[in-house]
Amino acid sequence: MSDAGPSPPPPPPVPPLGPPPAAPRWWLRGLVALAIVAVLQLARLGLEAALIEYAQRIVLIAGINVILAVSLNLINGTTGQFSIGHAGFMAIGAYGSAYLGVQLAPPLAALFGSGALAEGVTFNLALLLGAVLAGLCGLCVGLPSLRLRGDYLAIVTLGFGEIIRIVFNNWQFLGAATGYFGDSPAGLPTYTNLFWVFLWVVIVITVIWNVTFSQTGRSLTAIREDEIAAEAMATPTTRLKVLAFSLSAAGAGIAGGLFAHMQSGIRPEDFKFDKSIDMIVMIIVGGLGSVSGAAIGGVFVAVSLELMRDLHQYRLVLYALLLILIMLVRPEGMLGTRELPFLLRGLVQRAGVGGGKGVER
Amino acid sequence: MLLELDHVDKIFGGLHAVKAVSVRVEPGEIFGLIGPNGAGKTTIFNVVTGVYRPDGGRVLFDGKDISGWKPAQVAAAGIGRTFQNIRLFRSMTVEQNVMVSGHRLHGVGLLGTILRSARLSACERQLRNRAHELLEALGLRDQANDMAGSLPYGSQRRLEIARALMLSPQLLLLDEPAAGMNSQEARELEAQIRWLRDELKVTVVLVEHNMSVVMSVCERIAVMDHGETIADGPPSAIKTHPKVIAAYLGQEEPGDR
Repeated sequence: MSDAGPSPPPPPPVPPLGPPPAAPRWWLRGLVALAIVAVLQLARLGLEAALIEYAQRIVLIAGINVILAVSLNLINGTTGQFSIGHAGFMAIGAYGSAYLGVQLAPPLAALFGSGALAEGVTFNLALLLGAVLAGLCGLCVGLPSLRLRGDYLAIVTLGFGEIIRIVFNNWQFLGAATGYFGDSPAGLPTYTNLFWVFLWVVIVITVIWNVTFSQTGRSLTAIREDEIAAEAMATPTTRLKVLAFSLSAAGAGIAGGLFAHMQSGIRPEDFKFDKSIDMIVMIIVGGLGSVSGAAIGGVFVAVSLELMRDLHQYRLVLYALLLILIMLVRPEGMLGTRELPFLLRGLVQRAGVGGGKGVER
Repeated sequence: MLLELDHVDKIFGGLHAVKAVSVRVEPGEIFGLIGPNGAGKTTIFNVVTGVYRPDGGRVLFDGKDISGWKPAQVAAAGIGRTFQNIRLFRSMTVEQNVMVSGHRLHGVGLLGTILRSARLSACERQLRNRAHELLEALGLRDQANDMAGSLPYGSQRRLEIARALMLSPQLLLLDEPAAGMNSQEARELEAQIRWLRDELKVTVVLVEHNMSVVMSVCERIAVMDHGETIADGPPSAIKTHPKVIAAYLGQEEPGDR
């Protein structure tokens, strides 16, 4: 049929995977991890000495906000799928880890004695399990709604967040509307302190950062930019979207667990729809699609909410005004999609090249 | 036979966009698909790549029936494509655009990604090198770190080709690759299309309105009009085919004169 067909070509070569990579230097990473732990512990001791309890609490909330914002940004910012029910996953993490923490405490105390070690193991195990629970719920919500292109996720997560709150509001086993306070009259154990919050902030940011700046992150961004083109480039879009969403939900679960162990109890009304809106404000203020921007947005919301505390319900009016202002003045948020570390590196480099002259703009 | 369309139909509501079209593309060919606007050329591409499911007939690729496959499956099976209305990842860099298509070659799981395993950096390096080779070949090496959306039109079309080649496809579907290019760029494009057939052993099917490109680069051409193939043959035969001339210039009605 073909008049000028050359002989059939062999299938094009797939590039080989090159020489086996050198073994990772785990001891070096271990040292870095130890150094980070030491620095965080020092930071905690310093802050506890320097700040009154009220100010310490704001720092704790800021840390939890950073975890919420950075995890929400993975799905809303990087992947471009709008989720507006993040408080629901936070609630699952909070109730899950609070309940598991109470249940795990006696057997783990029998195993590790009743000191700080047993508390630390109980707390972090409860946090992790709460995160896994939230992540699994993310999987269940994400699988049906992320198979489709478009705004289905927003609608489904909106409903999901409300359903979760209503479930906890009516579930006698976990205290229903009164809230869950554990088994003892003193309420839930308050494990959460500055060290644990800082540590989990570092862990969550590291995980999300490594995912964002990898082939997975590139594919997620490609889905945001043009899902049809991403599919045509063999990107498993559904799998990646569900993965990002589940990771994001697990992050919210960690934040929920830290939140639950910060006070003596949790109530369903702690996870109302405005909580989800708070988180969306964080990532929009910081810059959708920027990990460091989300972190800054989380701190910004914690501090500004505290400053506006006396305004009570007018807070939301101010919020709306703030959002409108940001959309008018800087629609891309503080950082846009840029990242603080890269910006700083650029600054340093340019300052070096320009003979320390500094940089305009 | 690398690609075979066997009596493929596609219907949109009352519009029979593709009517029992049969096309056969041999391995190693540069095959042209031409016809007036609305003839169904892009619809054919969308049926082959899984964007649309055919309403009748079969699409065979390398002996496998791929009709109804999902776009990502079709791409993974070895069919790369570009888009008529450029669909780049505009706010990603040129290099990243190409690397996205390497997802399949990137054998690192979630845990390796989170822990930054040594294998991950090896894979990254591999993908980046491969991407740079392709960018070099398409004359985009110097723009590797520019935002894709900031490139001039012609460069964006070439970037789409580089991105599709990153899949290591056996078959490449180019949808109007010369649109928006000046004649100098079009000449370069012709050379690049021949290069990727000769050097990368990729079979090429292109839809194009720029007749000088089609006639110079294609070895065989199928002409479509109103959803049907009206002619099929080498460029010399197509140029003088009465039905083709009628489709492009209009038919002389008897008694018009």
